[in-house]
Amino acid sequence: MINITINGRLVQAEEGEYLLAVLKRAGFGVPALCHHEAVEPYGGCRLCMVEITKPQWKGWKDLVVSCLYPVSADLEVQTDSEAVIEERKTVLHLLLARNPHTKEIKDLAAEYGIVRSKYQEVAEPDDCILCSICTRICDAMGFSAISLVNRGHGREVAPPLNEPPPDCTGCLACALNCPTNYIKYTDTGVTREIWGKTFEMLRDPQTGKPTITREFAEYLSQHREIPAEYFGEGDESHRKRTARSFGKIAAWSRVDAGPKEVES
Amino acid sequence: MMARTTKTQKKKTGAAAKPKTEFTGKITSRAQLDLMRTQCRAENARFPKQVMICCGTGCLANGAAKLVEAFHDVLKQRKIKDFEVKAIKETGCHGFCEQGPLVVIEPKGTFYTKVKPKDIPDIIAKSIESDDVIEKHLYVDPKDEKKIECYGNVSFFKHQERIALRNLGKIAAHSIGDYIAVGGYQGLAKAILKMTPEQVIDEVDKANLRGRGGGGFPAGRKWRQCASVDADERFVICNGDEGDPGAFMDRSIMEGDPHTVLEGMMIAAYAVGARRGFIYVREEYPLAVLHLQKAIDDCREYGLLGEKILGTDFCFDIKIARGAGAFVCGESSALMKSVAGQVGEPREKYIRSVIKGLWDKPTVLNNVETYANVPVILDRGAAWFTSIGCENNSGTKAFSLVGKVRNTGLIEVAMGTTLREIIYDIGRGILGDRPFKAVQTGGPSGGCLPESMLDLPVDFDSLTKAGSMMGSGGMIVMDDRTCMVDVARYFLQFLVSESCGKCVPCREGLYQLHQMTVAVCEGRAEEGDLEKIEQLSDVVVKASLCGLGKSGPNPILSTLRYFRDEWEAHIREKRCPAGVCRELITYTINEEKCTGCVACIAACAYNAITGEKKKPHFIHQDKCTQCGACVAVCRYDAIDVA
Repeated sequence: MINITINGRLVQAEEGEYLLAVLKRAGFGVPALCHHEAVEPYGGCRLCMVEITKPQWKGWKDLVVSCLYPVSADLEVQTDSEAVIEERKTVLHLLLARNPHTKEIKDLAAEYGIVRSKYQEVAEPDDCILCSICTRICDAMGFSAISLVNRGHGREVAPPLNEPPPDCTGCLACALNCPTNYIKYTDTGVTREIWGKTFEMLRDPQTGKPTITREFAEYLSQHREIPAEYFGEGDESHRKRTARSFGKIAAWSRVDAGPKEVES
Repeated sequence: MMARTTKTQKKKTGAAAKPKTEFTGKITSRAQLDLMRTQCRAENARFPKQVMICCGTGCLANGAAKLVEAFHDVLKQRKIKDFEVKAIKETGCHGFCEQGPLVVIEPKGTFYTKVKPKDIPDIIAKSIESDDVIEKHLYVDPKDEKKIECYGNVSFFKHQERIALRNLGKIAAHSIGDYIAVGGYQGLAKAILKMTPEQVIDEVDKANLRGRGGGGFPAGRKWRQCASVDADERFVICNGDEGDPGAFMDRSIMEGDPHTVLEGMMIAAYAVGARRGFIYVREEYPLAVLHLQKAIDDCREYGLLGEKILGTDFCFDIKIARGAGAFVCGESSALMKSVAGQVGEPREKYIRSVIKGLWDKPTVLNNVETYANVPVILDRGAAWFTSIGCENNSGTKAFSLVGKVRNTGLIEVAMGTTLREIIYDIGRGILGDRPFKAVQTGGPSGGCLPESMLDLPVDFDSLTKAGSMMGSGGMIVMDDRTCMVDVARYFLQFLVSESCGKCVPCREGLYQLHQMTVAVCEGRAEEGDLEKIEQLSDVVVKASLCGLGKSGPNPILSTLRYFRDEWEAHIREKRCPAGVCRELITYTINEEKCTGCVACIAACAYNAITGEKKKPHFIHQDKCTQCGACVAVCRYDAIDVA
């Protein structure tokens, strides 16, 4: 463990740990739009920038993105210095020019007293903030069905050639993790549609409720060595089955106590 | 293409002796390398005269391949004493593409420009069979209009000092024999046979070789850091992703002297302990890819790449990785992602690539020109290298000198040479003797320096201090008819379209800066916008992820630093002092100067000019689109721009 100073307060951290994790643990609020615990830090939104220095730097300070900065001993961090606030406000103005109607951006900007962007708003704004959480999660799932296409200001999230993506299994990881709910999907109970592709839903044999798509179930059973029928069951059936299993295990291991009643 | 073993520039030594034994097989020792050199030299010495045809991309585009064909055709028809196909060399780029195709006849160095296939029989008859010089093909100095006979006396070449470009135009571009004949692979032999890796690093460190890609980070220090990391594998990479518009230094080296790049990489690999190397070349450089691959194949054949190089335990191989032409892939971390087959996007480099680079292994990445310097440093020593250049900036730097100068092309000068020497001695001054206005150095994200900076020594530190940068070595000269706001707009546009879009300050910030600069050019900007531009520039510099964004606002910041009045004229007076920004100018005919030649009437695509022959013409402002075609054709300077 090492000691670092955040806004004058001494905080303990692991050497090499990312600064944002330390800040969060110690309760310092730093906005971060492109950060998601499930995937590697990205460093795209630049909102989590903080000012750092060290005693041996002789007064020299640097702005770093905390989500990717590995901490080391004697680090001194300022999360709301003048330079940090100016940077953060400017980035919010820029984001607000791109997404003027997006609630999450508007709310965050309002916290810094910004109501309207001082820059020119784009002609046809949408709610995509290009945080790339969806594509990174899709990569981590092992599908890479969607990706960021085009460069620079014309960048967008899209399936290959803007056609229904062949590698998509309809797992919804992208849509459910989108911070602005920009990625739309429809569930009819029988089918699911996302990225222009329609999927058939599996149904729990006991409750009749839709569970996951057939493609996703097939993928999981192939890649995770789990029997395919497992995925036909819904959460409720899973819970019951798990509870029964634990009940049995408990009974085996407790010779004197006997099988314990398990809540069903 | 055939690898023809060829001659050197050096003087022939008496009667050309035929080599007694043809060298075959692998070079497995110093003695064999020396033997091959002797043989290649002897082979070249067989011909009292040699023809060097520039086959760089510029000259090829001008028809150099047809010249080679024409030479071959003539030789097929008749026999010429002491001259055969082997005495014709297809060399790399001389750098003087505007005068191409170029033909040099050695050993005198007779320099012919703009040669056409129909001139070949004449050249053979006069300059090869006898010793005459054909006046009409000689280079005419644009300033004093003197004809120059010899290559070395041409103003463009005379003031240069070539290290990285030393072999360009002097050896057949893809011939391993030619490269060895001029002393190639001597640096490698010295490094791996006589020195330890630490000694090699010490030597490069002592030479203070700084990264020629523009960053100027000392190569020796980079190698030492990489070598000191504990790892099971290391890589060396050569950055040949030269993306600056108009720059072709690295391209010319890779095309014209690929072996020097390979040798530099081999020495680096030996120093840091790498077994595999990659050369990242853009797919838009097909000739570079071809020549590098040929060079790699030749090296493998001769045993200079592969297992147990020169009989030592050093093993190394190189692969070419081709880039798809994204500017941002010249950035080290984006380049490494691209080599690994991922999308070329930069990452935050709090952990540097010498520690975690390609596939998370310690990686040394240097630019083509940096590697091209390494073999010479090893061969001739650090002391020699530091004797060239200036303090803390040893050696030379290649530039592509373009814009409104009389001589344009690829140059290499000692560090510390002043901008004035480059522009007025090598470039021979501004076209049409117009006043000099600015020189833009460092590529799109570099900066513009004004006339008061002409005596600035060109080196990493001075340029950075003056608000510009070395970059990879672009140098664009501008005259008084260039609008600096328009220049900033142009470069910003390039950067906006090349930004990868990963981080907000670069993606949105540069876009907004471009929008605001366009507004200034179009006269829509208001008081206070300049401050807004400056504030945003400042944040983009501080907050962007990689070098592209961090240096992106440079075109604005440097023009604001030296040409603020021009920006202000656009905003306050809605006036473009240089007469460039279309929305802010009007064209009128100066009746005193107009001779009524009707040239402008013919040139105007919008029928905005009317008039009769020999009477002053008139421009109808309602139809005029400010395209400037009339100004371009008027020979009497009779069209006023205001």
